[in-house]
Amino acid sequence: MTLRVLAAMSGGVDSAVAAARAAEAGHDVTGVHLALSKNPQSYRTGARGCCTVEDSRDARRAADVIGIPFYVWDMAEEFDREVVQDFVSSYAAGSTPNPCLRCNEKIKFEAVLDRAVALGFDAVCTGHHVRLVDGRLVRSVDQAKDQSYVLGVLTREQIAHAMFPLGDCTKEEVREEAARRGLAVADKPDSHDICFIADGDTAGFLNSRLGSRPGPIKDESGEVLGTHDGAHAYTIGQRKGLNLGGAPDRRYVLSIEPVQNTVTVGPREALRVDGISGVRPVWSGREAPAPGDGPLACRVQLRAHGEVHGCTVRAAGEGVEVSLDSPATGVAPGQTAVFYDGDAVLGSATISGTRAAEPAESAESAEPAAAPRAG
Amino acid sequence: MVYLDHAATTAVRPEAVAEMTEEYGRLGNPSSLHGAGRAARRVVEEAREDIAWALGATPHEVVFTGGGTEADNLAVKGLYWARNQADPRRRRILVGSVEHHAVLDPARWMADRQGARYEELPADGYGTVHPEALREAIERDPGDVALVSVMWANNEVGTVQPVRGLAAVAAEYGVPMHTDAVQAVGAVPADFAVEGLSALTLSGHKLGGPMGAGALVLARGTDPVPVLHGGGQEREVRSGTLMTPLLRGFATAVRLAAEEREEHAAELSSLRDELVRAVHKAVPDAVLNGHPEDRLPGIAHMSFPGCEGDALLMLLDAQGIACSTGSACSAGVAQPSHVLLAMGAGAEAALSSLRFSLGRGSTPADVDALAEAIGPAVERARAARSRRR
Repeated sequence: MTLRVLAAMSGGVDSAVAAARAAEAGHDVTGVHLALSKNPQSYRTGARGCCTVEDSRDARRAADVIGIPFYVWDMAEEFDREVVQDFVSSYAAGSTPNPCLRCNEKIKFEAVLDRAVALGFDAVCTGHHVRLVDGRLVRSVDQAKDQSYVLGVLTREQIAHAMFPLGDCTKEEVREEAARRGLAVADKPDSHDICFIADGDTAGFLNSRLGSRPGPIKDESGEVLGTHDGAHAYTIGQRKGLNLGGAPDRRYVLSIEPVQNTVTVGPREALRVDGISGVRPVWSGREAPAPGDGPLACRVQLRAHGEVHGCTVRAAGEGVEVSLDSPATGVAPGQTAVFYDGDAVLGSATISGTRAAEPAESAESAEPAAAPRAG
Repeated sequence: MVYLDHAATTAVRPEAVAEMTEEYGRLGNPSSLHGAGRAARRVVEEAREDIAWALGATPHEVVFTGGGTEADNLAVKGLYWARNQADPRRRRILVGSVEHHAVLDPARWMADRQGARYEELPADGYGTVHPEALREAIERDPGDVALVSVMWANNEVGTVQPVRGLAAVAAEYGVPMHTDAVQAVGAVPADFAVEGLSALTLSGHKLGGPMGAGALVLARGTDPVPVLHGGGQEREVRSGTLMTPLLRGFATAVRLAAEEREEHAAELSSLRDELVRAVHKAVPDAVLNGHPEDRLPGIAHMSFPGCEGDALLMLLDAQGIACSTGSACSAGVAQPSHVLLAMGAGAEAALSSLRFSLGRGSTPADVDALAEAIGPAVERARAARSRRR
């Protein structure tokens, strides 16, 4: 069936090959580059981002070569409101957001998809490395490049209008195919950092938005060990940049309390969590578990490219409670837990709180288990 | 393809193509002293005479440039520098608020980098800059005005300015006036035989000539400081090898446009009126922008409440209909048109517009195609807009 497809083209190699494949499959494809900054140069210069004038030109050239119409859509307002401001206010609230997930959820598969459908398109096509099998998201065959995690927040309805042509091949194959198709972006480097933070200095970006708010750094007993310039500059699990002087034992950020503006640190051992509370659950790959149901045994991933844990999930009120089979470290409120059945995405929830694991028997820490930390 | 974007560029006339093709087969730099050079020089000077004749100017007054933007830059920057050197008190540049960016941006740059004072002349709801507004601006300090620049006809909404009245006011105060006549030449009676006009810009590709050729017509005694320095080929005011084939094609297009102007304009304006009627029939609340009478024959600029212009453009493009949002682009992102804003429109209204522009080769079938496509396109674009929060 020929679909009217809107291909989101960042100017990178993946989205270019995805658009080419959709066109080759016989669909009626239109390329669109999303302008996410009102002032494109102010975001990033160089070839690694997704918001520069240069990227827009690369996308246009790719569309020329593929032979599809091309336009630029101005999504700067939506991006600023839904992604950038959310990023800043989440940090201000002591949590650690992933803006790429947010962008997929609110921009690519909401603002763009809604506009596309209203304008007569059937689907939005992107260069994400993920497969679609019977309406479910399934990990890419290239496990190292798999992006199912950053799409785990999509609803079944959003997925029904998505097209991901790259999930069945490796990144290397995508680059080879781009070269074969004469796409100049074949060798363009991958983007890594947050596209709206030009120099990669997240703490500096947050300070410029939130200002400096000095406060104490304490240990778990409440003893003040030092000061910080703003709790928003810290992430749970962080070790570098604490500047606590000559403490012999390594200390890690255990929790961030935005109202008291307090950062609590402690030994690595105390980072281990074996329970997670989640809110805003989305079940795209199965029916939502009901409060009365027995525990759902599945697997969970807590970060992009993070390790996968066995777990059981139970519905609890509007949210979910997750028990991990093995403790995880560096789990921060604001991050997303994505649930899998094998390689297939079942759903996701936003982490709202964690439960510290009992100290492992081998651990030498004499401290009692920390009280549950809320996010 | 249904091409409704002749104000962006229009087809090169076959006569010009034939002459340019012939000229590209010849060898010779018009500045060379030998026979080949003299032959090329003769072509250039005949082109200059053709253009001067068509515009009511003398050949000596025609300075060839690489296009309209270069001519506008030369006029704004060059006249400022010349006037300011003659009297350092002259620092004010008065420009129409609806000017093309090729005038606005050099004027702003002169203010940012060269100590000029940038001042916009207000336009009314039709986009007209009135001579009284110019008088008022000059009167604030007649001794400090370096130059005035007001376009002959607007490239977005098509409003024709009262150039004679404006030039008369400028002349009264001894201030040189430049006019960007890129859209006007060949469409309305625009010529250089206007009392008080010091400089006029025209461009080849807007009237059936090639891209890359333009001219600044400069009155005797008006000597801007050069922007491009080099061989001094054009009166020492503009340097660069004269583009013999392009200038021959340019001149032919200007000559034909002048000869056929009245008949052509009458045809275009009746087709344009037909287009506006057809659009109104399909979309009753569409708004025609610009002056109802003093307007270019080929331009219909219309707002479609509740739509985004770029969505409409895409939907029409998918039907093979080419038009324009008429607004400036940066990285392809539509900005609200400064012309519409100067006319008092809000940012949302300014983004809801399309410019349909007719030209040589436009037919009633083009209008029919638009009439058929515009209703459903507007309906779609409205649905898309209402979903955007």
